Amino acid sequence: MQQFFQQLVNGLTIGSIYALVALGYTMVYGILKMINFAHGELFMIGSFLAFTLIVSVGLMNIIPSPMVGLLIVFLFVACLVAILGVLLERTAYRPLRRSTRLAPLVSALGASIFLQNAIMLIYGGGYLVFPENLVPNINWNIGGVNIGLMRVLILFLSLSLMAALYLLVQKTRLGAAMRACSLDHDTARLMGINVDRIIALVFIIGPALGAIAGIMVGLYYRQINFTMGWAYGLRAFTAAILGGIGNIPGAMVGGLLLGVFETIGAGYVSAAWKDAISFLILILILILRPTGLLGERVAEKV
Amino acid sequence: MALLVIENLHIFYGHVHALKGISLAVQEGEILALLGANGAGKTTTLRAVSGLVPPRTGRIVMKGKDIRGMMAHDIVRLGVAHAPEGRRVFATLTVEENLDLGGYTRGRDKKGLEESKKQVFQLFPRLRERRRQLAGTLSGGEQQMLSIGRALMADPKLLLLDEPSLGLAPLLVKDIFQTIREINKRGVTILLVEQNARVALKLAHRGVVLETGNLVLAGTARELLNDERVKKAYLGEK
Repeated sequence: MQQFFQQLVNGLTIGSIYALVALGYTMVYGILKMINFAHGELFMIGSFLAFTLIVSVGLMNIIPSPMVGLLIVFLFVACLVAILGVLLERTAYRPLRRSTRLAPLVSALGASIFLQNAIMLIYGGGYLVFPENLVPNINWNIGGVNIGLMRVLILFLSLSLMAALYLLVQKTRLGAAMRACSLDHDTARLMGINVDRIIALVFIIGPALGAIAGIMVGLYYRQINFTMGWAYGLRAFTAAILGGIGNIPGAMVGGLLLGVFETIGAGYVSAAWKDAISFLILILILILRPTGLLGERVAEKV
Repeated sequence: MALLVIENLHIFYGHVHALKGISLAVQEGEILALLGANGAGKTTTLRAVSGLVPPRTGRIVMKGKDIRGMMAHDIVRLGVAHAPEGRRVFATLTVEENLDLGGYTRGRDKKGLEESKKQVFQLFPRLRERRRQLAGTLSGGEQQMLSIGRALMADPKLLLLDEPSLGLAPLLVKDIFQTIREINKRGVTILLVEQNARVALKLAHRGVVLETGNLVLAGTARELLNDERVKKAYLGEK
């Protein structure tokens, strides 16, 4: 039982990271009905930019308090990656908006390869290692379950970001405009909504959340590599499908569930089966419930 | 005075010449009916006024301002609201959220928005009953009410209505047209697209008839109702 709870805590931690990345996929799909295959790369670039700030710039030595230092890293990198996200939309997707559905998809794959190679050329192909103890190594033991400060911080930060996003989308005027755009661009325009601006907003929020997830992976696992966007991107994409692509709460639930399934599977079966379990889930969902767990509940009368 | 003037409007969809030089004027305070068969170019005309389709040539002048080439979301701010063909309510949003989006351009005008919403609920009491319901669960008639109510939330000078009778039972059509007359009496100018020429001409002050992208007839509603060609082609009389 103790082992189960330990795996559950581990699973929720990694799952909350998947959920943050999954939100980027699902929001872009919601509004443009396309999969932004370069999203995993934005996540990865978040990791690398944080590495540059912490290791190359030595930000943590300049700023005395580690928490303030990390806060600056998170904010600064999230902003940079958000700018990159908007640039990506402008250059790779917007020119193809009125073309076939396949064109932006191919463009996204191209952007993904481009960004991956750019990072490889800049940082090299090997693993980079984050310094130890950026977050103080404090552990609590609750009934035999080991919970570290790092896990608490990851869970707290991701859950608060998700709650904030949920409130923005469900409770504000801007959120209603976003939902309207994801349903019907033309009619949203007739309401006086600047659809291009809403799309840009989605390409700010998604990549910023992805970058934050990337930084957390860097801090948590400490090893980063230019291919990590692919591995995490595919998991987050699975999470988005699991919850119902286009559905924001779905991505959150899907991410957390996938993280838990994966770690429990790895704990009880074998760690080598981790990937197999994720993709088995993806295949099962696509066969049994293609709309995902929370996808499209409302029937539309015509 | 003319609120909206369209001059020599040409629109192409690819190689299809959808509007072939249409000119018309909507006078302030009137209901102008745009009649014609399927594919005559009625919806295209409305979509051009709203800025959803770009005209090849011609002028569209709203309150003395040339709006051709303006973005659709900016045209709304000039007082043009559009209840599109097929109602197009936001199905997974509640009735009230739909109405609030109708007033999107009036962001900070809380008082005015409250007043507009009150008026919409007065015109369509059903919407008040169902304000927390998802729009996709409404009946066709209720969705039409919501589509018109949503457009009214923008406090428009000019209301574009595209086929408000589409798919509705005759009794309901009568109700909705009664309400459209009431909206017009409150000072909203209306450009109405209809296939149902008889109900449209009973409501409108004037009408124009489109045929395959050309304007072929124009006159007062009474003139058109008594016109032999209109009788034969659109009113089903022999």
